[in-house]
Amino acid sequence: MELIYEKSVPGRRGVKLPASDVPSASALPEGLLRTEPAGLAEISELDLVRHFTNLSRRNFSVDTNFYPLGSCTMKYNAKVLENTAALFAPFHPMTALLPGGEEFCQGSLGMLYDLGQMLADITGMDEVTSQPLAGAHGEMTGILLISAYHRAKGNRKKYVLVPDSSHGTNPASATIAGYEVITVPTAPYGDMDMELFRQAMNDEVAAVMMTCPNTLGLFNPHIKEISDIAHSFDALMYYDGANLNAIMGKVKPGDVGFDVVHVNLHKTFGTPHGGGGPGSGPVGVKKALIPFLPQPRIVMDDDGVLSLETFRPGSIGRAANFFGNFGIMVRAYAYIIMLGREGLIRVSEQAVLNANYIMERLKPFYDLPYDQTCMHECVFSASRQLAHGVHAIDIAKFLIDRGFHPPTVYFPLIVKEAIMIEPTETESKAAMDAFIEVMIEAARTAGSDPQALLDAPLTMPVSRLDETKAARELNVCCLV
Amino acid sequence: MNDSHYCPHTEEEIREMLSVVGASSVEELFAPIPPELRAKTFNIPPGMSEFETFARMQDIVADNGAAMVNFIGGGFYDHIIPAVVDHLSGRAEFYTAYTPYQPECSQGTLQALFEYQTAICRLTGLDVSNASLYDGATACAEAAMMALRATGRNRIVVDGCVSPFSRQVLKTYLYNQDVEVVEITPLDGLLNRAALAAVLDGRVAAVLVQNPNFFGGIEDLSPLASQIHAAGALLVASVYPVSLGLIRSPGEMGVDIAVGDGQSLGNPLSFGGPSFGFIAAKKSLIRNMPGRIVGETIDKNGKRGFVLTLQAREQHIKRHKATSNICSNQGLCALRGLIFLSSVGKEGLADLARLNWDKAEYAKARLAGIPGVTVLQSAPTFNEFTLFLPGPAAPIVTELLKQGIAAGVPLGDYYEDSVNTLVVTVTEKRTKKEIDRLADALQAELECGHI
Ligand SMILES: Cc1ncc(COP(=O)(O)O)c(C=O)c1O
Repeated sequence: MELIYEKSVPGRRGVKLPASDVPSASALPEGLLRTEPAGLAEISELDLVRHFTNLSRRNFSVDTNFYPLGSCTMKYNAKVLENTAALFAPFHPMTALLPGGEEFCQGSLGMLYDLGQMLADITGMDEVTSQPLAGAHGEMTGILLISAYHRAKGNRKKYVLVPDSSHGTNPASATIAGYEVITVPTAPYGDMDMELFRQAMNDEVAAVMMTCPNTLGLFNPHIKEISDIAHSFDALMYYDGANLNAIMGKVKPGDVGFDVVHVNLHKTFGTPHGGGGPGSGPVGVKKALIPFLPQPRIVMDDDGVLSLETFRPGSIGRAANFFGNFGIMVRAYAYIIMLGREGLIRVSEQAVLNANYIMERLKPFYDLPYDQTCMHECVFSASRQLAHGVHAIDIAKFLIDRGFHPPTVYFPLIVKEAIMIEPTETESKAAMDAFIEVMIEAARTAGSDPQALLDAPLTMPVSRLDETKAARELNVCCLV
Repeated sequence: MNDSHYCPHTEEEIREMLSVVGASSVEELFAPIPPELRAKTFNIPPGMSEFETFARMQDIVADNGAAMVNFIGGGFYDHIIPAVVDHLSGRAEFYTAYTPYQPECSQGTLQALFEYQTAICRLTGLDVSNASLYDGATACAEAAMMALRATGRNRIVVDGCVSPFSRQVLKTYLYNQDVEVVEITPLDGLLNRAALAAVLDGRVAAVLVQNPNFFGGIEDLSPLASQIHAAGALLVASVYPVSLGLIRSPGEMGVDIAVGDGQSLGNPLSFGGPSFGFIAAKKSLIRNMPGRIVGETIDKNGKRGFVLTLQAREQHIKRHKATSNICSNQGLCALRGLIFLSSVGKEGLADLARLNWDKAEYAKARLAGIPGVTVLQSAPTFNEFTLFLPGPAAPIVTELLKQGIAAGVPLGDYYEDSVNTLVVTVTEKRTKKEIDRLADALQAELECGHI
């Protein structure tokens, strides 16, 4: 498809701007004036609408395709949530920071405050900051909070410990937060190796970062023991909440020893992923870490009036401009009050049931390196198919031709040729059965006609793309 | 089980699935969680229908009262949003997709992001852009870290005219890094160039400025760029994208890395987010860039297509050695930015910027006409400017809020000795009538001696 710039015609105008009702002012001095207008599109509104409508049709999405992308929780995004977010569109965040301004933001601040309370209940934490803008941003904020806690005791310590099954953002966030990363291997039983963990622990470990259930979809039965050991070295426990969808109402990270939690609202709480974002990654903490939370912090007085604490010595400062990705939090808040207690429990139950159903049915056809009851996702390996020269990526491309977005492939890194499937609770049995059939067909075709998998996809606007050329030639912006 | 809330299974289907799984109940699947660790309480209130939910949300919004007539900015700006932005970004194929890991079935998102990167490059006059960062403030921090990596140095100089929020975020990002952040106190609302010269040595990785700055002032950064490059450092500028319809591009001024907040490009105020951060740089810096980057390539048949490229910089491959920890970005907001820029268009953006300039110049003259009120800047400003009032600004702002006017941002909380100072923002959305009303209300407050 042509680029929008290739459809441009010099002199063509798009949207009409409001007329000026003030005198025109004298021009800017020469050195400051733009010499050439920026080369933006010059296109009529109808052509623009067709351009983006047709582009959108070149995407798979939850609303058009089953999208079992492991670790991403691609559940249905309820339409009413979009409507609720629009209600808050006209409110300026600076209003709350003006003297006397909080009075005019009680609705927005109240929503944030209540959301914080509900997330604190779900995760077993004492207070939540809404500021982090995505999961990884929450991780960085959370590890900084942990470092502030240790600093206040006179030693910020040196290491953050992560299992080798962890998401890449965990070690990357620990690095930005100023720590060296120690990686602990996974044992054959699918969790961090307890013996190696014990050996790795020492007084200079500031935090242990865990995902639970982990990225293999397994709940770690030793989690309490791990946190007890960590705490005996005064290391704090960090919970990567990306996989919270499996455990709502079932177990609270705070109850099993975690001190800091980030929640991916764009996974568990039904907010859309937007083709890569925006997400939202609020961070919950136990009492001991409240003094270090970022500013501004929302506080409630005895009469239920909300105000902002904008300065506190000891705070880690500010993670982002204002109060976080507010519009995403509106959606997540509406989602939680709509589903309610029973609804959220049912979400976790059915997410777990669906993942186990798919796991059980595909087990005869694919290797399952960690064969146990899983939580919200299961991780297969295409190692059996590899014998025929077929990789996980080839199975993924085959699925695309059949109208299914592929599962996550090649993550977690500890599983060779990983295929990570997360159906979520919103998929019907019929949709999953159709997916299972195609996965079985892919496994069979790997044996009978491997080339068919290597050639896929054939039905998309483009066939397999040359990623080496993209990286070598680095054309990231259309030249004029 | 009547209110299934998007969980579609019937009891019958659940029984069938359980029998495949070999469990007698769903509860049995939670057996891996040791019983003593199970949640003892769960206090979320009972659920409700979508209709009741929406009504509840309407009640919550009502607690805000009516939205203000905004003369405030501070990083977020009240601009027009063409109707096409909501409608096209609201296509579910865009907003219910994930990051385009599988390019063949994500060409819509990928091409749009390539077009977005192109728009950002052309707007900033720089060579390369990524596919978005979280917001303008975190983009400043990411740019600083990029400069630290590129130069191998460990000092960042920040102009005090940069938004105090961006400066705070920068310090938070660098909280535990072995990096020194040196702040330069503003001089008459502009960068103090003598003070900069005094700290510009071989340790400095980058100088971070904002143009227009937090007070609204604009400067030609070219002389600054030569001075900074001579010291082997990079010039990072946080810019306001709408202003680039009128003001010379950062690239032309010699800026190495331009960042900013994309809220003003088609994203609603929405109490502070979501918006997006943009980052553009000279080509030589691309391998130090954070975040996702979309690149052009061809498929097996030679047909043009788009992919995520240079992924070897990123956390999912490099883990603790990645250029940044960012994973999810603000893709949909960047798409809104692209649709906004394409709808307003090439000449339109220049007109829009001009409209902002004209309105702000009118407001500046009008407000400066109030006895006792003066304007800080003698140099040009874009759509924000700074007033000195004859007394403290805060109580006046509080008073005008009660009349539905957010009159400006008092600087007393952010700068020493600035209690009488007020930053006023005027976008194209403010009518002459609203500006006159602000002026009259401000004059009345000053006359009735609230301060
Ligand atoms: C396990 C896990 N942790 C962290 C993240 C990072 O979240 P985000 O993309 O919101 O930064 C993800 C998302 O991909 C994840 O799956």
